[in-house]
Amino acid sequence: MSEHIVSVRVYITIFLVLLVGTALTVLAAFIDFPWRLNTIVALTIAVVKATFVVLYFMHVRYSSRLVWVIVASALFWMGILFALTFSDYLTRDWISTQTG
Amino acid sequence: MAIEATTQPVHGHRSLQHHFENMEQQREAGTLGMWIFLVTEIMFFGGMFLAYALYRSLYPAAFASASNHLDITLGAVNTGVLILSSFTMAMAVYFTQVGKQRPQVLCLVLTLFLGLAFLGIKAVEYHDKYEDHLIPGRLIPGNPFNPAVQEEGQPIDHHKLHLLPGATLEKVEMFYWIYFAMTGMHALHMVIGAGLLTFLIIFSLKGRFDPEYHSPVEVVGLYWHFVDIVWIFLFPLLYLLGRHFEHG
Repeated sequence: MSEHIVSVRVYITIFLVLLVGTALTVLAAFIDFPWRLNTIVALTIAVVKATFVVLYFMHVRYSSRLVWVIVASALFWMGILFALTFSDYLTRDWISTQTG
Repeated sequence: MAIEATTQPVHGHRSLQHHFENMEQQREAGTLGMWIFLVTEIMFFGGMFLAYALYRSLYPAAFASASNHLDITLGAVNTGVLILSSFTMAMAVYFTQVGKQRPQVLCLVLTLFLGLAFLGIKAVEYHDKYEDHLIPGRLIPGNPFNPAVQEEGQPIDHHKLHLLPGATLEKVEMFYWIYFAMTGMHALHMVIGAGLLTFLIIFSLKGRFDPEYHSPVEVVGLYWHFVDIVWIFLFPLLYLLGRHFEHG
């Protein structure tokens, strides 16, 4: 498998996408969305920006399956970290409201 | 005989280590190793993101009040500086891959310069927080955490904290612990990255890298982009979370 060289045009496009994403996230922060949409919008933009960086600047799109598996494993363990911790904290007052 | 045919010595590149078959295998092993290191880094920062998410969910009003005191302009400019540095880093890898030494050196120097600019702006922000007595606990002798609070009806003073309903100074201090821990660890990673870039520039000036051997540039690039990604999450989470309460 020979190495893929990402073109300058792709790098410039990704750079512009990241700048637009930054401007959008600042603009969106000043709008009062209902419910928790402000956080959801901010995180969605951040995830999209990070995905572009990983796929193109970090060449994962053109990397071997083994690199894909390693990147996915990071997300998987982060998922465990957050899911197990919040399954504790978010459910604590379920008990206290019943007993107290 | 067949045995001799399979054990032919590979006349390799001067940078080829003896335990690798060829340059491509060596490069792939290096990239893979770097990615495994980055997974441990993701877990390391993940713990801090978890602490942030937990305390923000417990004390939303205090976190929004504390966040609104951060300088959004400096934060946004720094995000742009870091994104631009990621772009010049990617271009440095590109010019190494196509074997153009001069633009390669130029891109590495630009990346280093932008990294240092980021740290400079960060230092200005830290100094502002110091002036407003927002360094948590008693980290700075003689200047404990003791910010002035904006009272209702008084003229607006940007050095004073505006507490939203339900926010207490104790929980605002919690935000600043997390703020300094996360941005501090991020800044430390930037300092390490600047050191790595300095080595790259020296080796690059000596002409050590070429299209066949560019792993060091590629691998430092992966590290640099990772540090950029951490900031892509830190910026909205730390600077932007409570703006809509004040400007809705």
